[in-house]
Amino acid sequence: MTALLQLEAVSVAIGTVPLLDGIGLSLERGRILGLVGESGSGKSLTAMAAMGLLPLIGGRVTGGAVRFDGQDIGAMTDAQRRALRGGRIGFVTQNPMTALDPVQRIGEQVDVVSRLHLGLSHRAARARTLELLTRLRIPEAEAVAEAWPHQLSGGMKQRIVIAMALAGEPELIIADEPTTALDVTVQAQIIQILGALVRDRGLALLLITHDMGVVAQVCDRVAVLYAGRLAEEGPVGPIFAAPAHPYTAALIGCIPQDGMAKGALRGIPGAVPSALAFPPGCRFHPRCPRASDLCHRIAPLPTPRAEGRVACHHASPPPEGQP
Amino acid sequence: MMAWPAPLRALGHPMGGLAGGWLLLVAAAAVLAPFLTPYAYDVQDLPQAYQPASAAHWLGTDEFGRDLLTRLIYGARTSLSVSAAAIAVSVLCGMVLGAAAAWFGGWPDRAVTVAVDLTWSFPEILIALILVAIIGPGTTGVMVAIAVAYLAQFTRLTRAQIMTLKGETFVEAARCLGAGTGHILFRHLLPNALAPVLVSAMLATGDAIILEATLGFFGLGAQPPVPSWGGMMSAGSALVFKAPWVIIFPGLAVAITVVAINLYGDALIAELDIRQKLRRTA
Amino acid sequence: MIAYLVRRILMLVPVFLAVSVVIFSILHFIPGDPIDNLLKIGSSPEARAEMEVRYGLDRPLPVQYGIWLSNVLRGDLGTAIVARRPVADLIAQALPHSLALGGLALLFSTVAGVGLGVIAALNRDRWPDRAIMGGVLLGSTMPSFWLGLILMLVFSVWLGWLPVSGARSWTALVLPVLTIGLGGTALVARITRVSMIEASGRDFVTLLHAKGLSPLRIQLGHVLRHALIPVVTILALRIGWILGGAVTVEVVFARPGLGTLLIKSLSQHDYPVVQACLLMLAMAVMLGTLLGDILQAVMDPRVRAALA
Repeated sequence: MTALLQLEAVSVAIGTVPLLDGIGLSLERGRILGLVGESGSGKSLTAMAAMGLLPLIGGRVTGGAVRFDGQDIGAMTDAQRRALRGGRIGFVTQNPMTALDPVQRIGEQVDVVSRLHLGLSHRAARARTLELLTRLRIPEAEAVAEAWPHQLSGGMKQRIVIAMALAGEPELIIADEPTTALDVTVQAQIIQILGALVRDRGLALLLITHDMGVVAQVCDRVAVLYAGRLAEEGPVGPIFAAPAHPYTAALIGCIPQDGMAKGALRGIPGAVPSALAFPPGCRFHPRCPRASDLCHRIAPLPTPRAEGRVACHHASPPPEGQP
Repeated sequence: MMAWPAPLRALGHPMGGLAGGWLLLVAAAAVLAPFLTPYAYDVQDLPQAYQPASAAHWLGTDEFGRDLLTRLIYGARTSLSVSAAAIAVSVLCGMVLGAAAAWFGGWPDRAVTVAVDLTWSFPEILIALILVAIIGPGTTGVMVAIAVAYLAQFTRLTRAQIMTLKGETFVEAARCLGAGTGHILFRHLLPNALAPVLVSAMLATGDAIILEATLGFFGLGAQPPVPSWGGMMSAGSALVFKAPWVIIFPGLAVAITVVAINLYGDALIAELDIRQKLRRTA
Repeated sequence: MIAYLVRRILMLVPVFLAVSVVIFSILHFIPGDPIDNLLKIGSSPEARAEMEVRYGLDRPLPVQYGIWLSNVLRGDLGTAIVARRPVADLIAQALPHSLALGGLALLFSTVAGVGLGVIAALNRDRWPDRAIMGGVLLGSTMPSFWLGLILMLVFSVWLGWLPVSGARSWTALVLPVLTIGLGGTALVARITRVSMIEASGRDFVTLLHAKGLSPLRIQLGHVLRHALIPVVTILALRIGWILGGAVTVEVVFARPGLGTLLIKSLSQHDYPVVQACLLMLAMAVMLGTLLGDILQAVMDPRVRAALA
């Protein structure tokens, strides 16, 4: 089965600052790929690259290629890229509070997607919008369509954003930290909605998050980014059972439990280095408990391990009985 | 590079350098006026009136046969010194008022804010016209009028700066260490608020030059025969027919100088990296 | 919304009172006595005293203020001391000219300014942006009276297309409107550009791109709508500035209007006329702020919600 979304050794820079370095990922229909890492690891940038939206933030692809359904997004015309965005690729943003145009009614903001990409009339687009809202279990869909964004709660707004992502009949949804800005109870609902979409409609979902708990809950595979490079990638089950990269292990170790500060990495102090001062060698070595002399000098390349890949000179050996 | 102070570094910008050069040139001409020209600014030579530009009179002569370039150079003295002095007074008073309002809060703050908002909504030229009418025409009147007209701007800017700084940790720290109000205000708050206020004072000097010229145009500025850029144009539309150069050159001097102040100010803002601070209160 | 309007208008009452006190008292600090202008040289002190009684100048200032204010509220602006006519007549003659000039200049600044600002923002940091912003800087640094004189020189003297001054035909309005309007255009273009650029960076714009809308549609259909909110607010606040510009420009072009009347009365120390002129300008400023608030509520549902 060919991958729907494929990143082939993609490097990205903003201005002259290189931020992503040779990221390789692939995502098939009907699957959920979790993309994890701390702030500054390059998750959102990967999403922008996949959407072809890098120019918006002054960035560009400096190496490799982003392929959607086999086609190189970088080689497309602007019009072709626009047809993909909102059409075959739906996007769910990080902060629903600021994602909607505050001076346009909700309904119109959803309608425009199916009018643009499915060629529906005003009336048909509205009917479709109401149907989508109802399916996303938004009560009183008609009243909501006539409401202004400031009249809705955060969870409700995120459902609207998901409705917009679905309105163009997408094959792939990219969700950039869709629950970060929401209450815990609402977070679970949104994740549940996204998971159900993949199962019921055979969509592919690229789920960007810094929450390993969410990954364990819904994802098929997981890719861990650190400082613009891929640290580890593979199926969720084996990786959670026996993470090979010390950074993955630390992330799994910090799945929020009661009373624990969000984002703090247990046992690994410090923060992701700034893109202006990436350390030489393995970029994780200043924070790594296993770092050796080798790690200071030479960056490890992703090498196959079990059903995935890991980029570490001192990766944990696979559990007994596996290659 | 970092060792140079920001005003010098601003000269390194392409536009900043050009603008700074013009300002230095005008300032030097104003200071050295008597050595630069063989003519006196106030001696009339009626047979020579309304001469267009020539080798003897590079920019021509005015309605009394006086050399226009000479009057322009002496006019720079009046226009620049009046505007700069007025803005300096305005900045000092504005900083005191703004700092007091921000520091004490309560009713002094409210009183200052209301007064500032009230004057803010009236055009400077109107405020200045009325004040000159009260004080009487002449450089003193114009200076006071300009100082008062821009007072609201500096009060508002200083107040906003102090308000933001007040909440920052180093102020809390100083207070915890037992520093008195005066110490915190003069050693910590005002120096930090200074850069944005000074830059906006510089930009306001440009506006003040225009205001000074406008008052001069109405005949309310420096009284004849002392030249000022605005006063040189006070004959107004009557001269447009007869000797347009008498109108064109003083106006150009004003426009180019004000453009230069703005361009140099932009370069300075970029060097000091205070665009955000200025925009917050714009 | 209606409750808000009423509240907002009531808020203007104390402002109006404060402004009227300021206008009234400032004028009494002006040196020079209008009575001197009226009396023949060598008139007797009795004649002078009679004149002072006739114009109420012999009473204490607070009383004079009370009488003046109650008269003003009844529409009686007093009698011009020099012109010896009801001030209301002079104002009624001057006001339409100033309103036409200010209104047209406002219209011109808005249309030209928003247009140029949009073009500059869409071509950010490319040559159209640089050219427009260069022109804007130039436009905002020329004294308006000088710009007026130069326009007069070019279009009336050299090209002979338009009348030099006066108010006999509509063509006489073109140059004054341009003179005030160019300054306003510079201001509006600058605000439009900055707020467009600022709005382009907002989160919801990213999502609009992600929905596949074309950049032009995003800029003109969404970003510009947001950018116009501050433009309208600031423009309404600047109505006073535009009228202030009218003062000088009216004098340059020798047009009848509030500005010319104000300057003339200031030099003649004709208190009642000066007071009335200032009052008119102050009312325009206050109505401008009111208009700005109302337009903001009309354009932004969040503001409406906050007011409800």
